[in-house]
Amino acid sequence: MVPDFLIQIKDFISQPWPWYVGGLMIVAIMFLLLYFGKEFGISANFRTMCAADGAGDMADFFKFDWQSQGWNLLVALGAVFGGYLAANYFASPDGNIAHVSDATIESLKGLGFNFENGEVPLVPEFYSWEALFTLKGLLVIVGGGFLVGFGARYAGGCTSGHAISGMSALQLGSLYAVIGFFAGGLFMTYILFPLIFN
Amino acid sequence: MRMSRYIMIGILFGITMYKTEAVSWFRIYEMFHFQSFHMYGIIFSAIALGVVVVQWIKRKHLKSSEGQEIKINDKDKHWPRYIFGGFIFGLGWALAGVCPGPMFVLMGSGYTVFIVFLLSAMTGTFVYGLLRKKLPH
Repeated sequence: MVPDFLIQIKDFISQPWPWYVGGLMIVAIMFLLLYFGKEFGISANFRTMCAADGAGDMADFFKFDWQSQGWNLLVALGAVFGGYLAANYFASPDGNIAHVSDATIESLKGLGFNFENGEVPLVPEFYSWEALFTLKGLLVIVGGGFLVGFGARYAGGCTSGHAISGMSALQLGSLYAVIGFFAGGLFMTYILFPLIFN
Repeated sequence: MRMSRYIMIGILFGITMYKTEAVSWFRIYEMFHFQSFHMYGIIFSAIALGVVVVQWIKRKHLKSSEGQEIKINDKDKHWPRYIFGGFIFGLGWALAGVCPGPMFVLMGSGYTVFIVFLLSAMTGTFVYGLLRKKLPH
């Protein structure tokens, strides 16, 4: 039988985590990578993956020693495993929901979202293979992916590389990037969402 | 290279992103509507603590596990690439509700459609690589 204290630990981890635990864990991860002589930045993997697929023949940007970046691919692979573990073994006792504010629920309804019992699921229904055959799903998954991949490399980093690593090292460039992230995000949310979701 | 430690770090990262709901499209939506402190709390507490940790590393001249002093490279300060690139990234972040880290996490959580998202992101990076010399940086 599984000892009681292990079940208690599992139940403890399974609660939704407050923001400060998230902040603490992210810094712990950033520190561990620095300690191992690496730098936290997930989106660099896109470039590595392109290079590994032979993109170096088509653009100099992909001519580099991509095998030296193998450690970062392993971090990404670990993130996949972590997602599996969290979803299958550490699911919240109150179900797979996002504990968003009432104001958010109200404004989502205004955008045409319907929620049973007023609970917001963790992810929207357009995160599915079927949704790829709808305009909305195609925009979100294919369009969103392209913008994220293009923008992250153009800006030289994403949320982990700039907002966390760069800002922690007080880099002015990272501050510009974060301003760019929010300007783009707000433009999408306030100007383009009403066109896409109605 | 010791492989298992990077996979372990990734697992910790994945569980953190999932359990703080940073992987949720609805949390990102909420953040861009300023309707909750949650996401800002995660980001700002990480930055505040991160600044202290980085300063401590620099002042102590802390050595890495390989025995060399930990070096944090300064980023180039020309603003156009950060603002333009960041803006494009932000459009995608808000639309898809995920940035690159959470995308890998969701793939493992059972949303296998994110394989398509990853391929699209690689395509985006590839197109950037082709156009790089023509873009303002």
